[in-house]
This record gives sequence, structure tokens and C-alpha cells, in this order.
Amino acid sequence: MKTVAKADIRRMQHASKATPPAAEPVMRVEGLTKSFGGLTAVARVDLIVNAGEAHAVIGPNGAGKSTLVNLLTGHLKPSAGRILFGGRDIAGLPAHKVARLGIGRSYQKTNVFAPLTVWENVWLTGQTALPHAMRFLRPAHTHKAVRERVEEALELVGLTDRAHTPAAAMSHGEQRQLELAMVLATKPRFLALDEPMAGMGPEESEKVVDLLLELRKTYPVLLVEHDMDAVFSIAHTLTVMVNGRVLESGPVEQVRESKAVQDAYLGDGDEDY
Amino acid sequence: MTPAAPLTASTAWQAPSRFALLLLALAAVLAFYPLYGEALFPGQHDYFLQKLTAIMILAMLAMSLDLLVGIGGMVSLGHAAFFGLGGYALALFGPEYEAANLWTTLPMTLGAVGLAALVIGALSIRTGGIYFIMITLAFGQMFYYVFNDADFAGGSDGTYIYVRPAVEVFGLKLVDLGDAVTFFYVVFAAMMGTYVFLRVLLASPFGKVLRGIGINPQRVRGVGYNPDAYKLVAFVIGAMLAGLAGYLSAAQFGFVNPSMMSWHHSGTVLVMVILGGLGTLHGAILGAFALEILHAVIEARTEHWLLVLGGLIIVMVLTLPKGIAGLLERLTSPRANRARTGHEDRGES
Repeated sequence: MKTVAKADIRRMQHASKATPPAAEPVMRVEGLTKSFGGLTAVARVDLIVNAGEAHAVIGPNGAGKSTLVNLLTGHLKPSAGRILFGGRDIAGLPAHKVARLGIGRSYQKTNVFAPLTVWENVWLTGQTALPHAMRFLRPAHTHKAVRERVEEALELVGLTDRAHTPAAAMSHGEQRQLELAMVLATKPRFLALDEPMAGMGPEESEKVVDLLLELRKTYPVLLVEHDMDAVFSIAHTLTVMVNGRVLESGPVEQVRESKAVQDAYLGDGDEDY
Repeated sequence: MTPAAPLTASTAWQAPSRFALLLLALAAVLAFYPLYGEALFPGQHDYFLQKLTAIMILAMLAMSLDLLVGIGGMVSLGHAAFFGLGGYALALFGPEYEAANLWTTLPMTLGAVGLAALVIGALSIRTGGIYFIMITLAFGQMFYYVFNDADFAGGSDGTYIYVRPAVEVFGLKLVDLGDAVTFFYVVFAAMMGTYVFLRVLLASPFGKVLRGIGINPQRVRGVGYNPDAYKLVAFVIGAMLAGLAGYLSAAQFGFVNPSMMSWHHSGTVLVMVILGGLGTLHGAILGAFALEILHAVIEARTEHWLLVLGGLIIVMVLTLPKGIAGLLERLTSPRANRARTGHEDRGES
């Protein structure tokens, strides 16, 4: 099964090379490696996310999933390898430049501006509608393009009527929704979501799954997630990581059936939670 | 923390809060002091007028530091260096025995201070937390010792400015800075102007990003802003405002010396900002007045004033997490249960 999956990737790669540039995957990761001293957290990872595709990365704790997201978004500098985004190698670019290229990320640990209101939080990210914020005199709220983004993002995640609540006063689940609104308000071209459902109750998770099913129609998505039900309902393709390496990668059904994956991860996966 | 305008879709005029009215009233009490001071404090009026002018200058300095510490999250212990630099710039750029021309010396002063801040900022902004404190402290002390040992600036004795700067247009004297009441109003206008300028700055896209950086710089970077660039610009703006305050201070006292730059002074201003309420701007003004008035009152009553003042500061910082501004806001807040959220719930009302 493993070899089949690999062949499948190779076929995909060949296919994309043979076809015109339009079919070039949105993101292509080649040999991505990150070492911290002697520890190699991510080892020679290859990954492809095509347009219109939701790609999930799963694996036990410590598999290097979050490190991978941090590498893809410029929060960490890779030790080796390439990250081709829209045909351009973005490996090693600082996070603010990666974000400006259109890779929007959410964080595993809720990372909102707690003292600010929901509206202010989303405003700050929606303000990237302006090429820069070195604008000193005109009041921010008069920038219509930003306002539209903020309203749209809040609408999408369903936080419109919470706009004036301080983020700190919201429930964990709502903060996760806010986190997503903050990403969406940047109008990304690609979503890198690091466990968007972490710590959510079943009802809240369901809402987010619905939202992600909606989002994947518009955005290519790279999703790191522990919740298997969510992964299987959202993802088209799947990469299983163990100890920083790719164990298996391919269409969800295929990877699911893989003996290697079942042995290493899915089969006794419960112990990893 | 009180946004001047709500960020909601509605642009309808909102009645000012009671807290805003209280601040306005306090400003009015201050503004009219020259009119009633003589009647209220016969004999001491001139001294009080001078003292209030000096406090307003310190309030400007405190606001400029609040921009760095309270908004941008940059705790600087070298901020007084820019204050001192502004004062020395007036002393050194102006002629010795005539009035300096404000139209030339003030821009030169702001330019010099801005340039110094650009260099110091570029070298220190990348560090964070305790390292930023240490490096600004080191730069501040460097300036202190340079001017302490500089013969051209009078060394540790400092140097005199014999005549206050003149504000003239085509040889016509617009305002006479030599007059204490006029000078009081010029400084009052400068303080209010600084406040309004910073309010406008905070409501701008730049201000939004800077406040975000003060809360979580990594998150701001992740969205697509380089925090270092925004911090550097804020650092330079804060330094130039401090330089303006130093210029006015030198003009008021006709004298500059290195102690203007010392880290004690930076520390005192930091206490004003924290005491008044970090990140609020009006808190910085309240803190400057509170600390200076407490200082004067306690000093007049006991020779152990430092001990008493220090104790008071500790008690106030421990009991008032949002400073004097937070306390006043809570006291003027219409309902007791609103006290906790304070400004945040204003947008909903």
C-alpha cells in the first residue's frame, strides 16, 4: 500500500509537470528539514497542496506537525529544503513577508489580542488590505476596504454580534472562531490551520467543521488536526507524519487503508491522545 | 484606552462619558489657573504658575514615554536622554546672549533628537524585554556622561540660556515667551497638542498596529507587519516629543544640565506613566500631576519625604492596577457592575 501511495504522488507530480503552469500545485514542499541542535523535528518532508484541495497533516504528538506549519509560515527558518508557493521559493522568508504573500495561518494555542475587542482583533489583521500601516493621521476606521473585510470575516465565522466583546471575555471556542476570522480577514490565498478545533466541545467543533467545509471551496487548505472525524470529513488528501518524517501521503481513502499507517498510527492511535 | 471614535459602523455622535467630562473639567481648572491663582494663593501664585508649567512639560514627557511603554510595549529607561538632548539642543543651537529663533532652533532640535533616536532605536529595537531596558539604560547613561564631560556644554554644571526663544514673524514678536503667563499657555497648548496628536496617531492604522505589537508582537508579525519597523517609528516619534518637552523645559528654566538625562529622571517619568495608568495617554498627564504634587506636598511637611512618597507609590501601584486613570474611570462609571470592563463596553452602549 505504501508503495502504491508513493507511486500515486509521483504520478501526481509528473502530471503537474506535464500540464501547463496553471496546474502547478499551490504549495509544493520539497525535502523540508528542520533540526534543533541534534534533534531533527522535521526530516525531508515532501508535500503537495493543489488548488481546491484540503490537505490534512496528522500524526502523534511530537511528529513535527506544528513545526511544519511554523516552517511553512516563516515562523521558523528551515535547515534545508524548498517551499514553493505559487512557484516561488519562500523558504527562509520572515513571517511577515510570508503572510503578505497570502499564507494565512491560525495557531494551535489560541493567539488573539486578549485586551482588544473582537472587532479590534479582526481589524488589525484586516488592515493588511492596506499595503502597509505607516499611515499616521487618517483614522483607521475610515478605510472602507478594511471595514468590508472585517465585516465579512465576522459574518463568516458568525461572530458579528460579538464584535464589541473583549476577546478575553469570550469562551475558548469563541476565541478559536475569532482566530479563524482573523486569518480570513487577511484575505489569504492559502490557509494553514494548526488544530483549529483544539480544546473545543463537540458542538463547537461541528460548527468549525461546517465552516471549513465551506472554506475549502474557496481556499486551498493545509490542516493540522487531531480530530480524526473532522479530518476525514474535510480533507481530500492526507499526510501522516511520525517522528518528523512522512509515513504516508495521498488521497484520504488510500492512506486510511494503508497497513503501515494503521500499524503505526491509526490502529493504536488512541494511546496518543 | 478610550478610542476617540468607536470602530462600529455607526458614525453617530455619542455623548461623552462622564470620565471624559471629568478630564475636560480638570483641563479647564488647569487652563484658568492664571486667572484665579492670585486670589486663591496670594504670595505663592508665581511659584505655583511656574510649577504647573514645569509639570505640564513633564506630562508631555510622560505621554511620549507612554507611547513606547504603554502602547508599543517598549520599556525604556533611557527616555530622559532625549528630553535632555532637546534642552541641550536649544542651548547649543541658539546664540549665547540673544534670543534664539524658535522657527529655526525648534526644527533643528527635533531633527537632532529624531536622528539620535533613529540610531539608538535601530540598535536596540530588535531586543525585547529586559534587554531593551538594559540597552536603553546604557544609551541614556552614555549621553549623560558625554554631556557631563563635555566642555562645550558646560560639563557637569550644565549651561545657561540667557534669553528665552523668540517667536517672531518678519521681525514682529508674536508671543512673548519671557512672560510667565504666556509661557504657561504656550506649554498648555503644547501639552494638549501632544495629547491630540497622539490620540490621532493611535486611531490611525499605524496606531492599531503599534497597540497590537504592545500586546503580542509575534502575532502581529504573523499577520504581515514587521514589528521592528513600527516600533522604530514609534521610538523616533516618542523621542522627538520628549525632545520638544526638553526644549520647553530648557526655555522655561534658562538652564540645562546633565541630570535632565540621567536614568533617575527616566525612572521618575516611568513611575508617572505607571501611576497614571499605562497606555491611556491621559493617565500619563494625571500621573505627572499626581507625582509632582504629592512630591511637593510631602516634601514641605517632612524631611523623610522620599520614604513617605515611595511608600505611597507602592500602595498606589498595588491597589490601582489601571492607575489613577483607571480609578477615576471606575468612579465616574454610571453603574458599579460596569466598573470591571471600563472602556470596553462603551462600544456597545
